[in-house]
Amino acid sequence: MKDLSLHIMDITQNSIAAGADKISISLSVEGNPRMLVLEILDNGKGMDEEFVREVTDPFKTSRTTRNVGLGIPLLLQSANMAGGELDIKSEPGKGTALVARFNIDHIDRIPLGDIPETIKMLIMANPHISWTIRFSSPNDSFLLDTDEIKRYLDGVSIADINVLEWIQNTIADGIKLVYGGVLDEVN
Amino acid sequence: MKSIEELKAIRDKTLKEMSIRDNGDKMRIVVGMATCGIAAGAKNVMSAFIDELNKRNINNVTVSMTGCIGICRLEPVAEVFDASGEKTTYVKLNAEKARRIVAEHIVNQKVVTEFTIGAAER
Repeated sequence: MKDLSLHIMDITQNSIAAGADKISISLSVEGNPRMLVLEILDNGKGMDEEFVREVTDPFKTSRTTRNVGLGIPLLLQSANMAGGELDIKSEPGKGTALVARFNIDHIDRIPLGDIPETIKMLIMANPHISWTIRFSSPNDSFLLDTDEIKRYLDGVSIADINVLEWIQNTIADGIKLVYGGVLDEVN
Repeated sequence: MKSIEELKAIRDKTLKEMSIRDNGDKMRIVVGMATCGIAAGAKNVMSAFIDELNKRNINNVTVSMTGCIGICRLEPVAEVFDASGEKTTYVKLNAEKARRIVAEHIVNQKVVTEFTIGAAER
């Protein structure tokens, strides 16, 4: 995958396929050396211990169309390439927490990509899901919660194109606010 | 949150417009958004569909995503369901092809035969 936004698009499809109706995506900068931490939490059906252990194996998948699953192995590869790691915790019936860490200054760290557009598309295609988007850095933090937005919408769908554009712009502003100057790769 | 006032203005405008909108039968575009599709460029394809519909002010077409439908070698793939539920499967898409599908299939109700799975598999 060329950038983080594509991984986010991909990994959240696992959450959606697991029947989640709450998905939280968080991106933070922390530590020394500075690490970029991507965290995706869902309340989907979860995985048992054995599946979690084997889930980074490309030949392990829950899909039925073929026997190869590359989403998580590719994210693991992107993290490892940038001196980071991938950690997955899951419990059947409760949900899954996935954390990918990347050394920000590593030459092979993939860029953020167009995260505002990715999130717009995810909400557009899955308006019934409660999405929480968080960005944080030592400088600032940002939170967008679709349940809160829905309270203001008064019957207008969150998948309405004008609402989605507002969400996209708000997220873009959030990224600039939180990462501007260092990780401000999104225009 | 940035500008709740802005959001409220959008809501009010949309509520006003809703009554005069075409509430005709909905068409659906479903883009394959599994790992195979994403790696092949499905995100750009979906973006082009959304943008082209938006530009033409078409609001009775929904755009959504699905997982892998099993033809990874033909990704990016999108299925267009017309109002009667008839499905057309388009394969090996890019942004430009997506825009043509909107112009020809969605607007003019004419299937773009050359992009269909039938044509690709011949």
